[in-house]
Amino acid sequence: MGYKLMVGLEMHCEISETNTKVFSGAKNSYSVTPNENIRAIDMAFPGILPVVNKEAVKMALQASMVLNCKQPEYMYFERKNYYYPDLPKGFQLTQETKPIPVGIYGYVDYECNGEVKRVRVNNIHLEEDAASSDHLYDTTVIDYNRAGVPLLELVTEPDISSAEEAVAFLEHMKTVYQYLGISEADSKKGQIRCDVNVSIIDETLDMEDPSNWGTKVEIKNVNSFGGVRDAINYEYKRQVSAKENGTYDTEIIQQTRRWDEESGTTIGMRSKADAIDYKYFVEPNIPKFKLTKEWLDEIRTSIPELAYDRKQRYMNEYDLSEYDSNILVKEKKVSDFFDDTVKLGTNPKEACNWVNGMILSYLNTNLITIDEIYMTPDMLHDLIKLIDDKTISSKQAKDVFTKCLEEKKEPMSIVKDEGMMQITDESSIEAIVDEVLSEQAEAIKTYDPENPKALDFFIGQVMKKTRGKANPSIAYKMMKEKLDNMTK
Amino acid sequence: MYMNKSIEELHELLKSGEVTSKELIEESLKLSHEIEEKYNAFVTILDDAKEIPITDNLLSGIPCGIKDNYSTKGILSTGSSNTLKDYIPFFDATAYSKLKEAGAVMVNKTAMDEFGMGGTGTTCHTGIVLNPWDKTRMCAGSSAGSACAVAAGVYPYATGTDTGDSIRKPAAYCGIVGYKPTYGMISRYGVFPFASSLDHLGVLTRSVKDAAIVVDNMKGIDKNDMTSWDSSNIHLYDSLDGNVKGKKLCYIKEICDINEYDNPSNELKEHFNNFFKVLDKAKELGIEVEEVSINRTLLNALASVYVVISCAEATSNMSNLTGIIFGPRSEGFNNWIDMVKDYRTKGFSSLIKRRFVIGSYVLQSENQDRYFRNAQRVRRLLVDAWKDLFKTYDGVILPVSSGPAKKFDGDTDMLTKETVTLEEHLQIGNFGGFPSITIPDGFIDGLPVGLNITGNCYDDENVLNIAYALESAMDYKNQIAKEAE
Repeated sequence: MGYKLMVGLEMHCEISETNTKVFSGAKNSYSVTPNENIRAIDMAFPGILPVVNKEAVKMALQASMVLNCKQPEYMYFERKNYYYPDLPKGFQLTQETKPIPVGIYGYVDYECNGEVKRVRVNNIHLEEDAASSDHLYDTTVIDYNRAGVPLLELVTEPDISSAEEAVAFLEHMKTVYQYLGISEADSKKGQIRCDVNVSIIDETLDMEDPSNWGTKVEIKNVNSFGGVRDAINYEYKRQVSAKENGTYDTEIIQQTRRWDEESGTTIGMRSKADAIDYKYFVEPNIPKFKLTKEWLDEIRTSIPELAYDRKQRYMNEYDLSEYDSNILVKEKKVSDFFDDTVKLGTNPKEACNWVNGMILSYLNTNLITIDEIYMTPDMLHDLIKLIDDKTISSKQAKDVFTKCLEEKKEPMSIVKDEGMMQITDESSIEAIVDEVLSEQAEAIKTYDPENPKALDFFIGQVMKKTRGKANPSIAYKMMKEKLDNMTK
Repeated sequence: MYMNKSIEELHELLKSGEVTSKELIEESLKLSHEIEEKYNAFVTILDDAKEIPITDNLLSGIPCGIKDNYSTKGILSTGSSNTLKDYIPFFDATAYSKLKEAGAVMVNKTAMDEFGMGGTGTTCHTGIVLNPWDKTRMCAGSSAGSACAVAAGVYPYATGTDTGDSIRKPAAYCGIVGYKPTYGMISRYGVFPFASSLDHLGVLTRSVKDAAIVVDNMKGIDKNDMTSWDSSNIHLYDSLDGNVKGKKLCYIKEICDINEYDNPSNELKEHFNNFFKVLDKAKELGIEVEEVSINRTLLNALASVYVVISCAEATSNMSNLTGIIFGPRSEGFNNWIDMVKDYRTKGFSSLIKRRFVIGSYVLQSENQDRYFRNAQRVRRLLVDAWKDLFKTYDGVILPVSSGPAKKFDGDTDMLTKETVTLEEHLQIGNFGGFPSITIPDGFIDGLPVGLNITGNCYDDENVLNIAYALESAMDYKNQIAKEAE
């Protein structure tokens, strides 16, 4: 008997692109120096009050719109009350489903292995992040930089049916956030964190009927996409083998588990009976505010072109392949780099070949991002122009590219300094060709126009005289013409 | 002796050079020490308070008291709680920094019921505050120290906070004026919260005019408090003209009719008699006064609504008090839960702990609709009933409490069923965020009693002007507590 997997995700993504935190005037910026970006409110000193960051609300509403959610008429925030040292106020300001948060009941279409899938969105809400704790050998230290950073939590329905789909969905959402310009969505900076809800269902049963669904297990704080994949696969196996061993009813209970990266297993934390009562209530210090139609319309029109639209543009306007277009739009910064290069007048196909080829392989080899390399769209434009003008050969261009990144020098000046300028001027080449011909009267006598290799000797002489800078194709064409005429 | 004078008088004296700010501060500090000795009114006396250059601002150079739940930068601010007994804030409450800008000189921090959660002045970590009219009686609370000090003539004003009646009841018990303006007129930033949707700032003074002057200088929109609003077109002091002809007030039959009480005490009868005499004076001033009726069931729910909402918000608001970031951290524990438990168990008085239990209970998911949300619904009904009255009347006028200050003996935080609405009706001012002012209206057995006028939101000028006219028709303006004299 087979079992189908049912996965629902809670994806937390920090909004990294506001100037300040979501209810605090402290700077919203990733920092490795602890407690650098904090104000009194981030440590909950007595008498502090929250002030809503309108920019964060705007960004959250953009996300809500892209997820095809319904937006509320009034904006509220609620207190989620619990004690933990990383939560200085003793409550988190967040949004529950009643009253309506920034978005409710939407859907997302994403691609997995070339197939379009749809996942329903239960809700998306705006909240504040907690501080971060470092558990050392015999003590714990708390860094309040992260306390109060705006956080978007996206809650899906259990519509995902494989670990692969889950990762494809998360990758999709990551690009959505990047394209909206609301987050770097960088897992390495801890900006994306997931809770994963996993259950299985007998494949012969009707999935539409919730009474057929298996017991839901929640896996908390999975901090990488690889972790999400592994946790789902592990939990699927655990639940299926419990079914097969006849221990499903006793072993698989509705509970919260923790993903342990080192052992590659999930570990039970608390059962539903021990669930915390968060005593939600509306934050009284933030008056409810009306979201006017005008403001919502303004936000809607401010939504930039997203990855899917860009991909279509690359395929339709630039005639790029779907494969290449997909690679270009995967990271917004890469796609921006490409767009900027094309805007300067570079041929899109050539720009694409360079970005998807040399640049991405350099980034992957060196584990860096595109904004960390020395080359800019301007420089790539120059480099490609040097090839198009036949100033340098494609082979030389690759050397120039490497030198540009490693010596932090602009392509133009590398070509100049290294004397790489090709001689492309036809009259200059003709003078040299004539010079060679006048010197090699003996060799001309034995020239055989039918032998393709016969020209090589003469071209070799031209290159010797120009130290290799004569444009080979011009020199070749000219030499052949002249020799053919002479030997007619 | 200058400190028994009004703000205007002191300003004239300072302007003319007849007295210096330094002399006023010295006198106020000397009185602070005497009053502290007698009545236990202060947490901190600032012996190094510095004089301020005199400007055209009426408050410049004049001493004042600040309630100890106001954050004062670099100066101990405890909220009269052991949990913050050594806490020194690194920022000022907005209202206090506005007073400082006006030139006010803080000479002490006044004692209060712990975090404002009490109505007796008996739960301060520094001990019980005694009433300067009679040491065997309470000042009421929570602004007990502020009321005591102003009544005893330490300075013309002290700030207060008011979540249920914490400015307006102590004012009545101490024979002075207590005013809390419309919700959000004064920023709450930097003031220790009790119940955020009910918390107001305000002032205790010996005259309506002084209250107007002080609040003019405390109010204003604040980018740090989203509930604050722009009141720059409201000028309380300038609008006091005493012209109240044609104004309309109402009182509530279910609260003021002696026949509503089964066994009324003589004290209660006297309190009502006195109140109705004042209403006659109001009529002489040209004010129309009418009796109105409010649903008794609704009125009976008032006190419970307050308990449920205030306790719920308080238990959440005070969850930041863990002793981890500030406050005396509990040592000797190897996990944070025990550390926080020890700090909170030792730090809070039993009264507060009882309220936290109530607050948690009413917020639990299985109880929330029955208690917390129902309380919010009834709050709305009460506010709507009062707003209805304000369509016809400029204000509701009612006696404060069931008589003068109560004796310390007996369980003072418990309410007797009969007079519960009479004792607690001031809370409606907090439910609706209404401007509300208490002024002294007489004496019973040598002890002061007060009345209260509550008007519609944003109608502070009107409410204060009516109080000002009534005050002028009586003899209790600028009075100093007899025993203190």
